Amino acid sequence: MKELPMLRPNKSRPRWHIAVFLAPALLLYSIVMVFPLLDTLRLSLFSSDGANFVGVSNYQRLFTDSQWWPYFWRALKNTVLFFLLHMLLQNPLGLLLAALLDSKNLRGRSIYRTLLFSPTMLSFVIVGFIWQLILSPTWGIAPAISDFLGIRYRPWLGLESTSLPTVALISIWQFVGIPMLFFMTALLAVPQDILEAARVDGASAWQLFWRVKFPLILPTVGIVSILTFIGNFNAFDLVYTAKGALAGPNFSTDLLGTFFYRTFYGFQLQLGDYAMGTTVAMVIFLIILFGSLLYLLVWQRKVVSYEL
Amino acid sequence: MVRKWPWKLACASLLTTVLAACGGGSATEAPDTNANRLTITIESWRSDDQKVWTEQIIPLFEKSNPNIHVEFRPTAPTEYNAALNSKLEAGTAGDLITCRPFDVSLGLYTAGHLTALNDLPGVPHFSDVAKSAWQTDDGKTLFCLPMASVIHGFIYNKTIFNELGLTEPKTVAEFFAVLDKIKQDGRYTPLVMGTAEQWEAATMGFQNIGPNYWLGENGRKALIDGSAKLTDAAYVSTFKDLERWGDYLPEGFQAVKYADAQMLFASGRGAIYPAGSWDIAYFNQNAKFELGAFKAPVVNANDQCFISDHTDIGIGINAKTTHMAEARTFLEWMTGPEFASEFSNALPGFFSLSDYPITLKNPLAQTFVDWRKQCQSTIRNSYQILSRGEPNLENELWRTSVGVIDGTFAPEAAAQDLQKGLDNWYKKP
Repeated sequence: MKELPMLRPNKSRPRWHIAVFLAPALLLYSIVMVFPLLDTLRLSLFSSDGANFVGVSNYQRLFTDSQWWPYFWRALKNTVLFFLLHMLLQNPLGLLLAALLDSKNLRGRSIYRTLLFSPTMLSFVIVGFIWQLILSPTWGIAPAISDFLGIRYRPWLGLESTSLPTVALISIWQFVGIPMLFFMTALLAVPQDILEAARVDGASAWQLFWRVKFPLILPTVGIVSILTFIGNFNAFDLVYTAKGALAGPNFSTDLLGTFFYRTFYGFQLQLGDYAMGTTVAMVIFLIILFGSLLYLLVWQRKVVSYEL
Repeated sequence: MVRKWPWKLACASLLTTVLAACGGGSATEAPDTNANRLTITIESWRSDDQKVWTEQIIPLFEKSNPNIHVEFRPTAPTEYNAALNSKLEAGTAGDLITCRPFDVSLGLYTAGHLTALNDLPGVPHFSDVAKSAWQTDDGKTLFCLPMASVIHGFIYNKTIFNELGLTEPKTVAEFFAVLDKIKQDGRYTPLVMGTAEQWEAATMGFQNIGPNYWLGENGRKALIDGSAKLTDAAYVSTFKDLERWGDYLPEGFQAVKYADAQMLFASGRGAIYPAGSWDIAYFNQNAKFELGAFKAPVVNANDQCFISDHTDIGIGINAKTTHMAEARTFLEWMTGPEFASEFSNALPGFFSLSDYPITLKNPLAQTFVDWRKQCQSTIRNSYQILSRGEPNLENELWRTSVGVIDGTFAPEAAAQDLQKGLDNWYKKP
């Protein structure tokens, strides 16, 4: 970035206002973000009763102990699958919807936009409840609908083989409005003259989208991806409402979030373990940090942002 | 275990800010209305029972002890353990502490928050099984008074039984014969239970029918001292029974939740409901037909029967209370027949654990409690000691019981999985 020519103020006067304006945000951020993070790190370096400093041995336990590693690994694999399903379905779907809503011939665009975005604003408790009811074998409408469509109804949310994809689909249904909104905003920013020029050159609608619009909104693809990544690796609430903290059946819906919850807070007869809980939390944090850095250092440098 | 500043720790979990309930630890002091009367407070998670305590139980106590005023101060069940811990640390907890069974309360005792109650005169009125949930591992010190237990069994729809000419099954063979008949008729779900929340399968399934196979307390203690393994015939047989349940459960039971099953049975669409006695209150209110109950079936007709009579709730004294004498007076009163009768009648399905014979006005509850006369009581085998490490036996039982009913685990494989999990951390004493 180029240095902007700055006006030199009177040298003798210290610029206190900068500190004053920064202070409230800095203070708040330190109290609610930086301090808890450092304290989490501190706790993860102590023994479970908080009495002895044990270095990285909690991390060692998490990664090597047969009491910990297989369960952490399972939660990690599930989370990655959960994330991939969002990347493969939610974001392309968001892009598709945004592209459709961007079309000038569509009537009632704002109605569609509002409807598609509205699940995002619902509480996860409501979303979990509604979908459990829809899919319920006892009271739900899913059995009737599947009959009508000729699909064999199964209690998808309750089967080991299908529960994680089902939860992921519910989450996609809820959050598809976010990538849609991001892409719509990006598409709106594409200048008309460029599109007109392309049209004059004889580009079809298909070519117009993939050759002109898509390269222009590529930075947004990156932002949406990283937001999905952060959101999914922190995911917890929907699984907790729909499947409980034990994330059944047979831990098939256990995400890093639910694994952390059980470790830190305990569950039923399992007592909460602050040291191991914070260790898990730090590892989740590091995974997210690493992913975000990858995005900042690799993607953001490689992707070409066009000045419009 | 020392638990310092749980609220602070909760806040410290940056990554799951949604979870962090950063409000813990505020205790409201009750206003002292009468200077001559001492006020003692009870900490409890039973907010559902607040009315029963304040309108029935406490007035009864205050009638015979006019100098003591008792305040019932419940916290939401999910927050109770954490909130109580911070109150105890801060010295603002009530004088009487309602005790969760086993390790949670044992932890409080070892941290010095509860007093030993061995010398309370009424203690001999409680059986060893009843006391087991609130004793040190060596069985020498009692730190909470057993208050109530829940009993497992099966509740059935008498109208359907009469209609199909069925009688209460006593043996396993009869049990499945009854289920077959209901299934053949085709109009009703034979066995109403879901496995979506997992605990139903283990609690109302495995722990309900199992004691007849592992012979109650004998089997439970043998697991702890290492002379029995979960791969033994008793546990495999329990799983084999459970495996057969899958054929009789409602369509799509894998996604049927606990409340769904309750409603399904209460609506009259199902015949038999594997129950915990706490279900009695719900069905009394919501079922419009006559209810009956039978206990878990035995293998052979003349076998000794065992029931899961699980210690669920106890009460102890805060070691730092300034009203020790009054708190003890209240506990001593709780060991007596007056409390036993009042409590068990006010909360049908929660049975007092003292040995005084009680008469219940609720016939269904009376049926459950009468089983104590014919059968030997035992508690859930995963609760004492065996759920101290990871993977803990209780959660493992949930997982494997669901798998066995669903057919994804073979009974033998499930038993091996359980034993493997236990071997992972449990060292015999």
